[in-house]
Amino acid sequence: MARKKIPAPAADTAEALSTTEEKIFYASQWRLMWWKFRKHKVAVIAGFVIALMYLGAIFAPFIAPYGPTHRDRGNIYVPPQKIRFWDENGFSLRPFIHPLKVTTDWETFQKVYTEDTSRRIYIRFFVRGKSNDDQYKLFGLFKSNIHLFGVDEGYIHLFGTDDLGRDVFSRVMYGGQISMSIGLAGVFLSLILGLILGGISGYYGGVVDNIIQRLIEVIRSFPQIPLWMALSAAIPPDISPKLVYFGITIILSFIGWTALGRQIRSKVLALKNEDFIVAARLAGTSEPKIILTHLIPSFMSHVIASLTLSIPSMILAETSLSFLGIGLRAPVVSWGVMLQQAQNVHTISMAPWLLIPGVFVIIYVLAFNFLGDGLRDAADPYGN
Amino acid sequence: MLRYIVKRIVQMIPILFMISIISFIIIQLPPGSYLNTLIAQMRATGDEVDMEMIEALRIRYSLDKPMHIQYFNWMKGIITRGDFGFSFEWNRPVSHLIWERLGLSVAVSVSAMLFSWIIAFPIAIYSAVRKHTLGDYFFTFVGFLGLSTPNFMLALILMFISSKYFGFTVGGLFSPEYMMAPWSWARFVDMLTHIWIPMIVVGTAGTAGLIRVLRNNLLDELGKPYVVAARSKGISTVRLVFKYPVRLALIPFISTVGWQLPNMVSGEAVTATVLSLPTAGPLMLAALRSQDMYLAGSFLLLLALLTMIGTLISDLLLVLVDPRIRYE
Repeated sequence: MARKKIPAPAADTAEALSTTEEKIFYASQWRLMWWKFRKHKVAVIAGFVIALMYLGAIFAPFIAPYGPTHRDRGNIYVPPQKIRFWDENGFSLRPFIHPLKVTTDWETFQKVYTEDTSRRIYIRFFVRGKSNDDQYKLFGLFKSNIHLFGVDEGYIHLFGTDDLGRDVFSRVMYGGQISMSIGLAGVFLSLILGLILGGISGYYGGVVDNIIQRLIEVIRSFPQIPLWMALSAAIPPDISPKLVYFGITIILSFIGWTALGRQIRSKVLALKNEDFIVAARLAGTSEPKIILTHLIPSFMSHVIASLTLSIPSMILAETSLSFLGIGLRAPVVSWGVMLQQAQNVHTISMAPWLLIPGVFVIIYVLAFNFLGDGLRDAADPYGN
Repeated sequence: MLRYIVKRIVQMIPILFMISIISFIIIQLPPGSYLNTLIAQMRATGDEVDMEMIEALRIRYSLDKPMHIQYFNWMKGIITRGDFGFSFEWNRPVSHLIWERLGLSVAVSVSAMLFSWIIAFPIAIYSAVRKHTLGDYFFTFVGFLGLSTPNFMLALILMFISSKYFGFTVGGLFSPEYMMAPWSWARFVDMLTHIWIPMIVVGTAGTAGLIRVLRNNLLDELGKPYVVAARSKGISTVRLVFKYPVRLALIPFISTVGWQLPNMVSGEAVTATVLSLPTAGPLMLAALRSQDMYLAGSFLLLLALLTMIGTLISDLLLVLVDPRIRYE
């Protein structure tokens, strides 16, 4: 559609063009978008952050020193340990941690952990896990027990441990797999629903259009979270965690598709009478082919931008629902499920590091908001 | 104007009808019913399950009738008598339970919205006038940070800070002595001293969106020839910005009420659970858990109705404020 906005260089002036101008004239639509996106520094950085987080999620079992269910018995609510290169005995190139001394505060009856600065435990790389809980299958294929880092004696807890002595750092890594994939899955399902229903609504119009538009209006007049709450209460409590995951994905996209459907409808409405579509129709191209090769590619960039912007609301919803105890539930590890442990002031003031999964939620959502912002600007490369 | 209002209200009716059907279907979705929960509870505590009593309950609440009859009875009760059905869990009519909680939900949501306006307004003007400066980027970032923080997380952090550094616990909407008291001036004042935390928590999420809308509108307006002409005549920046551009840029502010209110109600539902506020969210959550379906369904229905009324009000305000909009 927008393609025709470029003035085609007339034959006699073509030689007069400088090389940069020439590059711009002959660049494809996607290339122009890339150029425009690249200028948006914050969005590019956000893109890197997101890529890094997904890499972390893919290799979570390798990066995490322990399995998600591995319990360091007796060491509950251990505060985060600092990685050091330096102590009173001098500098060491190999990073180390100090072991913890446990005493009991007889006034509060709580364990108090203090660092034993006289001893060093060196961090080793590519170590074997100690327990069967630490075994994993990378990509579900390669069985292994080698972890990026670990210690020979005792334990290393970079983000501390929870009420069962499980390593928070390892669980954050594993939780990312679930939390970051559920947003993508929800968005994917919303995209399919939005494309089909929004496309039909815009392309055919008439009664169908009217019905679909009313449906969108009705769904959108419910406040999201109460509606999500009501829907997820319908997931039976005794089904397998996998099915719960699918159930939550469907619930997320049940509302998610409406905004997308609306956008796609208005794009299709605007496009379907454009010259190039009419020409294709007159040339006898079949309807499915028009839709697939002409319509969809024309608004795909806008759709991708708004998809990116709708991922944050999905992950926020998953986290909120799981936090309230009606979303994903243990033994599944997600950031929301982990945050469920930090539900009252008492726990938080005793173990503030249990809020760390929330920090990851914030970073992830923030990055997606910035990335989506950049993509939205780049989606129409022909503007100023 | 009157014709327009009537027309808008008439248009709402079919949507309301659909909303009521969806609410009803949703509360019927969970497998089993409250009676199953009751039986399970009785078994768990070792009580003998009196099947005759269960049967009597089933007939009394017409759970033995087909779905559409149940729906029809529910609707009839609501429209003719304001009767929203019976809460099994609380053993009281739903209408006795919901109104105060809904009222408080509205109070929190509306004050959160006002809070986000008050914050967004000066920031947006500053960001537009001084665009692409350090301040602009800073506020944009803070706005995005607010948008990206889950409400409950912010509530938890505020609770943590206030208990750790200021030595008092936050939570609830009333001090203990006013918890059960009837409404009075003192109780109202007591509420005001508590409402600010949920107000900040819920309001922060919406601020970024508002800043964006107002900033972009203002930027569009500031580029127009009349502004450039005024600037070239040497009018001070403050006068220049506030005389017309701000007023024009404010118009879409009103139209955002429509989509802001559902967000606020949504955010409030989660925040209220963390802060244990006596509002609609926590009670609805409890009702959903115990399959107390009339209570849960009524909340869903009324919250949706609330957001529709919000949209209606914003549309009417828009017509009132902007004479260019015709009554269509």
